[in-house]
Formats: sequence, structure tokens, C-alpha cells
Amino acid sequence: MVISRLKAFYDFWYDFIVGDDWRVAIGVVAALAITWGISGSSFPAWWLVPAAVVLLLPYSLWRAIRTS
Amino acid sequence: MSSAALFIAVFLACAVEAVEATTIVLAAGTARDWRSALTGVAAGLVVLAVIVAGLGPALTAIPLQWLRLVVGGLLLVFGLQWLRKAILRASGHKALHDEDKIFATELSAAQTAQTRRVGAVSDWYSFTLSFKGVVLEGLEVAFIALTFGSNQKDIPLAAIAAVSAVVVVAAGGVAVRAPLARVPENSMKFVVGVMLTSFGTFWGAEGAGAHWPGSDAALLVLVPLYALFGIGLSVALRPRSGTKLAYSAEA
Repeated sequence: MVISRLKAFYDFWYDFIVGDDWRVAIGVVAALAITWGISGSSFPAWWLVPAAVVLLLPYSLWRAIRTS
Repeated sequence: MSSAALFIAVFLACAVEAVEATTIVLAAGTARDWRSALTGVAAGLVVLAVIVAGLGPALTAIPLQWLRLVVGGLLLVFGLQWLRKAILRASGHKALHDEDKIFATELSAAQTAQTRRVGAVSDWYSFTLSFKGVVLEGLEVAFIALTFGSNQKDIPLAAIAAVSAVVVVAAGGVAVRAPLARVPENSMKFVVGVMLTSFGTFWGAEGAGAHWPGSDAALLVLVPLYALFGIGLSVALRPRSGTKLAYSAEA
């Protein structure tokens, strides 16, 4: 009973935060981490997150269509 | 731009979720007991208000850079989810959200469930159905309103946008006494997805230490670029004539 409630709680928050495709969430975290990493250098870092969006969205759509 | 964008994003996000919650409440009230259904709505709104009241001051206490990093990341994940769903629907790979069909399903389930009185609530089924509808549909919107508001340092404007959307949708539901099936939910979802993705990109990268060329003006470039990119994907993913699609009708 307790385990099933904990599982339901976990499932709710997973669905709320991560949603349908965990790869998108991982990709966003990775893009922000790399931005953080290179923002201290003289190299511009602003373009990294938009580039991640341009790659992640079609990839996620392509996976969704392929598996439907 | 920022205040208008804040208002539009929160209003549309809230309106989309309010349309879905209205369908559930209408089913519970029509099939069973309006009093219990409306008590469920009131209880759900109280829970959301408590969450907002507790989370709002906590968010304003977080240093701005950390707030932008975490909130930007979450908004970006949410925005990409909304965009993904909207593009799959627009390109025909996923069934459009059909409020009439959802209403019929909820109505049929509500008509067969047993009546049980719990305390002052005469019909527990109607109460819990409405309560869950309001809390589950409202939680994401409450988060969007709070995070947009705290990042823009204008939580009152976000709250006004959210309340306006609920009032407009509820008034529409009361006026037609039927699911709001004509609301262009998918287009609204697409616009919200673009807004969340744009602001999530901007704040997330800024929170991670990046400096945008043109500062806030970068948003004026991000929003139309993401919108065009999304529209382009919707068109490109449309199946060629003669291709048969098998899609799901999930929310």
C-alpha cells in the first residue's frame, strides 16, 4: 500500500516535470550545464541553448512519430 | 514586450487548462450533483491558492541567477513538451483534443459510479472528480504563473492574467452549458509552447552565465524564430497524401 502510493507520487512528479520524453529533459540539463561550463571563458555561450532546442525538438518529434 | 508576453503566456496557458478542467466539472455536475462538483472546484482552488501562497514568497527569496537557471530549465522542458504535443497534433500524428468526446467519456463514467456521502459532501464521486480536475490541470499553470511572475518581478500581473483566463473560460462554460469544444486549444498550446521555450531559453542561458547579444531584445528574436521553426516542423511532418495515420487521443 505504502509502496504503491510512493510509486504514484513518483509517477505524478515524473510526468509533471519530465513528461513524455526524458531525452528532452536530459538534453536541456546538458545544454545548461555546458553553457555554465563555457560561460566563464571568453567564448560566447548564449547560442548553445537555442542550438539544443533546434536539435532536441525535431529529434523528439521524429521518435514520437516513429514509435506511433 | 516582457509584460505583454508575460500576460499572454500566462493567460493562454491558464485558459487551455481551464477549458480542460471545465469539461471535467461540467461532466461531474451534469451527470451527478452540481453542489458536490462545485464544492470540489472550491476545494481545488483553495489547494492551488495555498501552493501559490507558499511557493511565491519562497521563489522571491532565491537569488535571481539561481532562480533563472532552475526556472529557465523547467520552463524549457515544459515548453518543449507543449510544442511537441502541439506540433504532433497540427501535423496529424496525434488526435486533436476533443472536448466533446472527453465530456461524453467522463459523463458515461460518472453516470455508472455509485453515490457515497462523506461528511458534508453529498456525492463524493462528483467532489473528487472536480477536485482532481482543478488541481491537476491547475498545478502546471500555477507554476508557470509563479515562475514567469517572479522572474519578471511582477507576480500580481501573472496572477491577474491567470484569474482573467479562469473567469473568461468559466463564464463561457456557464453561458453555453456545454464543453468549450470550439476553443482553438491546439493553437493556444502552440503559442504557449513557443513562449515557454523562448523565455526558458533566455532565462536558463542567462542563469547559466551566458550574456545575450542585445540583452532583453534577444527575446524579440527568439519568439518569432521558435514560432517559425515550430510552424516549419508542423508543415514538414505532415504526411503525404494517401498515408494512413494511427494516432492516440491522449491528453
